[in-house]
Amino acid sequence: MDSSGRFVARHVATLPKSGIRDFFAIVSKMKDAVSLGIGEPDFVTPYHIREAAISSLEKGRTSYTDNRGTQQFREEVSRYVAKHYGPEYDPETEILGTIGVSEALDILLRATLNPGDKVLYHEPCYVSYAPSVALCHAEAIPIRTVSADQFALDPAALRAAWQPGCKLLVLNFPTNPTGGTADRAKLEAIAKFAIEKDLLVASDEIYSELTFEGDHVSIASLPGMRERTVFLHGFSKAFAMTGFRIGYACGPAAVIDGMLKVHQYGIMCAPIMSQEAAVEALRNGRDSMLHMRDKYRERRDFIVRRFNELGLRCHLPRGAFYAFPDITSTGMDSMTFAQKLLEQQKVAMVPGTAFGAAGAGFCRASFSTSYEKIHEAGERIARFLDTLPRR
Amino acid sequence: MNSVLKLILDGEALDTAQIGKILGLGAEAVDRELAALRKQGVLLGMRPVLNPSYESEHRVRAVIEIKIRTEGVGGFDGIAERISSFEQVESCYLMSGGYDLLVVVTADNLYKVAGFVHERLARIDGVQGTSTHFFLRAYKKEGFIVEAEGSRRDQPSVSP
Repeated sequence: MDSSGRFVARHVATLPKSGIRDFFAIVSKMKDAVSLGIGEPDFVTPYHIREAAISSLEKGRTSYTDNRGTQQFREEVSRYVAKHYGPEYDPETEILGTIGVSEALDILLRATLNPGDKVLYHEPCYVSYAPSVALCHAEAIPIRTVSADQFALDPAALRAAWQPGCKLLVLNFPTNPTGGTADRAKLEAIAKFAIEKDLLVASDEIYSELTFEGDHVSIASLPGMRERTVFLHGFSKAFAMTGFRIGYACGPAAVIDGMLKVHQYGIMCAPIMSQEAAVEALRNGRDSMLHMRDKYRERRDFIVRRFNELGLRCHLPRGAFYAFPDITSTGMDSMTFAQKLLEQQKVAMVPGTAFGAAGAGFCRASFSTSYEKIHEAGERIARFLDTLPRR
Repeated sequence: MNSVLKLILDGEALDTAQIGKILGLGAEAVDRELAALRKQGVLLGMRPVLNPSYESEHRVRAVIEIKIRTEGVGGFDGIAERISSFEQVESCYLMSGGYDLLVVVTADNLYKVAGFVHERLARIDGVQGTSTHFFLRAYKKEGFIVEAEGSRRDQPSVSP
């Protein structure tokens, strides 16, 4: 290691690396590994959407766009969000195109947090929430969600976790890695609490189209919430467009304006060809999306049944494309289980602790992969469990 | 759609034991379903889809457009059924448009295809003319992309 580490800021130096990186390093060198660790669709972007991007290049549309995204992009987003989620947003002042939800969340945090502010979020959760908060010199406060509750956020747990100085609440339903969702009643209780404590809500709804049980409800659609919610969404999961890196934020004008400042200095704009592909996805992508959702649901049913047959208790995820089996019956912790399974049977699952302390005792298995791979992983996990001492 | 059929049509290489496990049926139940589909004439058979570059080491394929005259020879069906009975014929379809039958044939080499056209097809009463096109290279076959060059090569095997 060179000595340039002394130049790295303290709050970056002390930031833990993503637990997923270590696994990636091992799996990428391993032959014949079956990976259930991939957090993206196994479908290629539907052809008509790819064609829109190709057409954009053919027409020579290779310039910057308005910082917020093209007029057409913002108008289509506005129509889509109103139709499928409820709230109506003004394309001029309330919608901002971003490099995926990752950027949208990052600039939202940077635009709203002062050093020392506190941010509530539910765990287990996507790997970037707490680190992104720390990068803003703010404090992330986890709220534990539990398997018995199918990892939905319990409003009572939210109330218990709240403390003075909390400014923002980050929600992600359906949740990566648990597939947890929140029904209207729970969201209403959460909304009531957010209003009572004057919290801004960041709602990451990237998996919302991939809801298998019940209808997805956006907290932004509840009374009194539109003016204190930033709705974050993108194209990566529902339309299998991870590589396009395109998403958006919709919210009250002053907050979007603050985000726009951070975005215009840091990013300039989302790539124009991705914006044009996104417009096609919003206009004509619904059938492809529903087809993919059906495939995920079939694979979900198989993988969850398989884990339960194997004695790894697994709840039925209500959305997203991850199973989150409880591995405590093996007597191992998440990391040991995942490491040994990888070493002995070459199956990659991500230890639940990569998604926060509340993930202890669980592992994440993506079912966004072929039946053949899920079947093979099941056989290997069965062999692995057979080698363990009977409990 | 029948769940077994749906799974097979997805195109994954799964044996009946795997299909049984996936659908929670057991291999015997899958075999019974497949037998029923065959009996109903829904499932004509199952064959592996080979990479054409492997096949072409041994075989050539051609598509033949055939114009036919139906007067006095028993209509389209009689001729089409006769042509279908040749072992070289892989598929045979009645078409709309500029010709009547589309026939796909495979043979060991180009001369055998030529011989088949001249000595067999052309001699059938009712065949008025043929136009033969040889397959040169396949890019997609039966829904499978041939030699997609590492389209997901750079995809991380574990990601958040």
